[in-house]
Amino acid sequence: MTTRIERHHYDVVVIGAGGAGLRAAIEARLAGKRTAIISKSLFGKAHTVMAEGGAAAAMGNVNPRDNWQVHFRDTMRGGKFLNNYRMAELHAKEAPQRIWELETYGALFDRTKDGKISQRNFGGHEYPRLAHVGDRTGLELIRTLQQKIVSLQQEDKKEHGDYEARIKVFAETTITDLLLDSDRRIAGAFGYYRESGEFVLFEAPAVVLATGGVGRSYKVTSNSWEYTGDGHALALRAGATLINMEFLQFHPTGMVWPPSVKGILVTESVRGDGGVLRNSEGRRFMFDYVPDVFRKQYAETEEEADRWYTDPDNNRRPPELLPRDEVARAINAEVKAGRGSPAGGVYLDVSTRLSPEEIKRRLPSMYHQFKELADVDITKQPMEVGPTCHYVMGGVEVDPDTTAAVGNVQGLFAAGEVSGGMHGSNRLGGNSLSDLLVFGKRAGEHAAAYVDTLGTRPKVSTADVEAAVEQALAPLERKGGESPYRLQQDLQTVMGDLVGIIRRKSELEEALVRLAELRDRANRVSVAGGRRYNPGWHLALDLRNMLIVSECTARAALEREESRGGHTREDFPTMSPKWRTVNLVCSLDGDKVRLEHKPLPKMPPELMKLFDRAELAKYLTDEELAEFDALTAEAHAEEAAK
Amino acid sequence: MTTRTAPPPAGLPGSVRQRAAIAARTLRTDRWWFAPLITVIGLVAWVTYATVRVFMHDRYWVGDYHYLTPFYSPCVTERCLPEAAHFGRVLPGWWIIPDAALTLPFLLLFRLTCYYYRKAYYRSFWLSPPACAVPDAHKRYTGETRFPLLGQNLHRYAFYAAAIISAINTWDAILAFHSPEGFGFGLGNVILVGNVLMLWAYTLSCHSCRHVTGGRLKHFSRHPVRYRLWTFVSKLNVRHMQLAWITLGTLALTDFYIMAVASGWISDLRFIN
Amino acid sequence: MGNQDAPVKTGTTRHFRIWRGDESGGELVDYQVEVNEGEVVLDVIHRLQATQAPDLACRWNCKAGKCGSCSMEINGMPRLGCMTRMSTFDDNETVTITPLRTFPIIRDLVTDVSFNYEKARETPAFAPPPDLAPGEYRMQQVDVERSQEFRKCIECFLCQNTCHVIRDHEENKPAFSGPRFFIRAAELDMHPLDTRNDRKEYAQASQGLGYCNITKCCTEVCPEGIKITDNAIIPMKERVVDRRYDPLVWLGSKIFRRGQREAEQTARESAPVGTAHSHAGASHEPGAEAEAERGVHWGRQVPQPQAPAVDSRGRLPISEFTFDRPAAPSPFGEDVTFPMPPKDLNYAHPEQKD
Repeated sequence: MTTRIERHHYDVVVIGAGGAGLRAAIEARLAGKRTAIISKSLFGKAHTVMAEGGAAAAMGNVNPRDNWQVHFRDTMRGGKFLNNYRMAELHAKEAPQRIWELETYGALFDRTKDGKISQRNFGGHEYPRLAHVGDRTGLELIRTLQQKIVSLQQEDKKEHGDYEARIKVFAETTITDLLLDSDRRIAGAFGYYRESGEFVLFEAPAVVLATGGVGRSYKVTSNSWEYTGDGHALALRAGATLINMEFLQFHPTGMVWPPSVKGILVTESVRGDGGVLRNSEGRRFMFDYVPDVFRKQYAETEEEADRWYTDPDNNRRPPELLPRDEVARAINAEVKAGRGSPAGGVYLDVSTRLSPEEIKRRLPSMYHQFKELADVDITKQPMEVGPTCHYVMGGVEVDPDTTAAVGNVQGLFAAGEVSGGMHGSNRLGGNSLSDLLVFGKRAGEHAAAYVDTLGTRPKVSTADVEAAVEQALAPLERKGGESPYRLQQDLQTVMGDLVGIIRRKSELEEALVRLAELRDRANRVSVAGGRRYNPGWHLALDLRNMLIVSECTARAALEREESRGGHTREDFPTMSPKWRTVNLVCSLDGDKVRLEHKPLPKMPPELMKLFDRAELAKYLTDEELAEFDALTAEAHAEEAAK
Repeated sequence: MTTRTAPPPAGLPGSVRQRAAIAARTLRTDRWWFAPLITVIGLVAWVTYATVRVFMHDRYWVGDYHYLTPFYSPCVTERCLPEAAHFGRVLPGWWIIPDAALTLPFLLLFRLTCYYYRKAYYRSFWLSPPACAVPDAHKRYTGETRFPLLGQNLHRYAFYAAAIISAINTWDAILAFHSPEGFGFGLGNVILVGNVLMLWAYTLSCHSCRHVTGGRLKHFSRHPVRYRLWTFVSKLNVRHMQLAWITLGTLALTDFYIMAVASGWISDLRFIN
Repeated sequence: MGNQDAPVKTGTTRHFRIWRGDESGGELVDYQVEVNEGEVVLDVIHRLQATQAPDLACRWNCKAGKCGSCSMEINGMPRLGCMTRMSTFDDNETVTITPLRTFPIIRDLVTDVSFNYEKARETPAFAPPPDLAPGEYRMQQVDVERSQEFRKCIECFLCQNTCHVIRDHEENKPAFSGPRFFIRAAELDMHPLDTRNDRKEYAQASQGLGYCNITKCCTEVCPEGIKITDNAIIPMKERVVDRRYDPLVWLGSKIFRRGQREAEQTARESAPVGTAHSHAGASHEPGAEAEAERGVHWGRQVPQPQAPAVDSRGRLPISEFTFDRPAAPSPFGEDVTFPMPPKDLNYAHPEQKD
């Protein structure tokens, strides 16, 4: 069978057209590189639009006491100290600059009285920190970046007479394989146009992965069909490694009714703006679930919690604003104890605290979403909510400064949800939008710099291309096999039931067995129809990625014998300081998934000193604490000497 | 046309590929033809009534109570009754000239170029389009880009004129608090005042008015008073369509009431004198 | 695929007609599908894909009315599949689903919406104030609110699809940008810090604002409830009137010569920088010069010849048999395709109009 393959030459190929991808592309283009953006869906439809709350950046516009150190501290705390400290540090330091930059691209955030960017409260953040636009911040971000790219194209048009002279968007295009040269340098990317089914080969020495997450492997998820872990799998197959794959964030409040919208998010700002959680008995149950590490910062009575909304300086915050994993677990526990709503969730009520007008003004798209999708008027009724798979903390292991993928590959960069380390074991709300801006920019910048260091361009080998073609066509050529939809459903059931919020050794072991069966079945999937816009075929190709990434998650979850952030083991319910020092690194050996332990990078003293000893004691091992004590003693001695 | 920028590059976007060949011209299953039909009936009925009345040249003035119908305000032809002509009698009395010939053309222009009425008659009379997702009845379409429809941009002038005419109608309504004994107040006054209020609401809710009061500003924060005006007009503007129909109703009602009283079919219900 | 876990109530079977086909033709195909309580049209399409029609093409992403991917026509009305609840139909009602009519068909419910992206590229971008550094922007909430309304747009292109100017008149497509880009123009014209002042002129002259006869269908179909006509198109029309037709403003500009200066300024901005030699032959006629220049992309970057494609050993293939495509590799590089689109050529025929 002869196959026509369209070829393109670029300096940098960005896979993914969400926030991180677009920001990386902008930076690469600004560095003068010919850049291609590959988007699985239409330009501007990326999953980033779903982010509602805002982008966290310590600008201090609302509370001047906020600064990057506080933001860094919150991020580490949220990630239960498993974060890559350097990523968290860079993120906290650079986020304000990235947000301000957006304004020069035309973004219109909500304003404070003195005309600055308004910032709002959010779970896990000590001060109001989230730059926002109503509750559609993600849309604003993606639109702004999209329009910036258009404006760059207009500049190119002026200069070169062609909009696409230096930056081109390949919409509805999926990459199925990364191609390497013999020195294991990135040489190109192979994929297909969804629309026509034609194959396309990008020859480029640098690839930025910005493909987002893996949520589509779960039954209840807020993620769209695109989230099949493509970037994770591409990186693995290219020789890079994944870390922290056991940590998945279940958003505590997804819609549970009606069934068709099960999983769709109810933004956390509903709670930030005064929404309270109640069980079927009408009890505000979150007060029963405040963990010891947070005891100091959270209110103990309803009265105190209520006062916080108007006077946050003198009162402790309501427990509804605990980090996401805590809330998700609390809801899960309530439902399991039989105190849930009919549809298997709990009640989130904002109507008792805010006037209907205020609700419509502050949460317009939530109001709209419930009215349109569920026929529920949130200004009058409570919402039914429950946990939904939302975000994967784990991802491609990267160098914090350059975002270059670690492992046996060069020229591969990753930013946004597909990269791992930044959020540790749990992500704070609002940190993802700023994460993708900060590291998206870095990825674009360093990918461009990497291209400059190359003497000769890596060459794509014909054999690799042929193999990629064969792989892609396989499901179409097989006859009489299983439907990919069936397989996806089974995968979602396995992951949802056995590798969900609460995990057990026996279940995880069973999951691994079932996943192996699924991988076997995936090799026999067949698809009807041709190559033109055939969703069945697309799914069959995505399945390969979902399966491999799910296996990483299951293996890592089985290995990590503790509960931390987005990973809860029923048989190991507590956090273990010993496990804090370890990242679980996943790699591919042939087609076998391998798991290794890798020590966490050590936080330098000047960052360590930002924390209380009492707080550190909850996370660190005795040796680490002793080291910290020695440090502080040294500092005291120095001060005394002066 | 110095500001004209270069036209977009040639090559129809998407002209190479075909649209979906869907046989049915529209697949709408609801009663989409109902709204245009109602509009046609309503407008035709009103225009017929108004034309008859305007060329009747009679029964527009109730001498006892100084009621003047808005269709004859201000009465400016030589045929006008002297006491009804508050602004002089300057035009000849041919039957073809309406007695309010100085104002009616502007009122007509105001409503013809009104952004709501445009929608109404483009949809229901011109069928361009009759309803959303129902095909346009015309082969070619250039919209309001050339004469005569380019003239729709005259709405601004018509608005200025309509504001002045509303003031005249207000004056008429004030003069009408009259009886042979001096001050008087009857059902006719209620109707006249109601009509004037509605006319003001319609005139001020106009999109041009919304633009002039504040819409044209780039920075509301630097013009707090105009911002408040704009907010007020914007609130009215939401009801522009309703007001357009309500004023048609009140105008016809006012006129009919005055005609009925002037003809002696009924007598005005008096509250005071 | 929201209904993999057993629904609370068993569903009813409903009759659907869905347009299947591509550019070579197509037809409405009948399906009987199970529908459960609380479902939307998109769920039904997913169920069809999973059961009866695995290759039924349909775009979708978020399933929450936030991304604007699943635009389609349901019983003839342009709507989002994910925002149309099945409960809005009678139990025995046939639901007819067709692709957007205004754009070229790709397959089934998927259309080629590139028209919109091309128009987006032609709309001048935000022009930031040159004297403000990032972080120095100060804007009041009341000033940004109007533009924020338009930024709610999820680009579902239902307004573009329903607008009869292009829906029923394909020939208007080059001259007309459509409601989506009128709100973009309005958004930028109302942006407190945007520095371009010719957006109204641009909207009138190049976006085809005058084609709109404000029949408000765009507003009617907008799933975000943006008041496209009242808050964007009409204000833009009024702003054009300010500049062009308002007697008072015209008088003022004559007296203070303000309009003239602005017009000169915009003319300078849009005109190409003076070139030494003529593109219009020896006619020396300014009009012909401009006309000819428009067809010629003198600043266009000539595609740089790329190294020819080589095989796995880094060498040129010896023969066609050992290579991955027929004939010799192109000397113009692998990313130049022939024939080149005429607009990319550095040549304009003297008789060429545009």
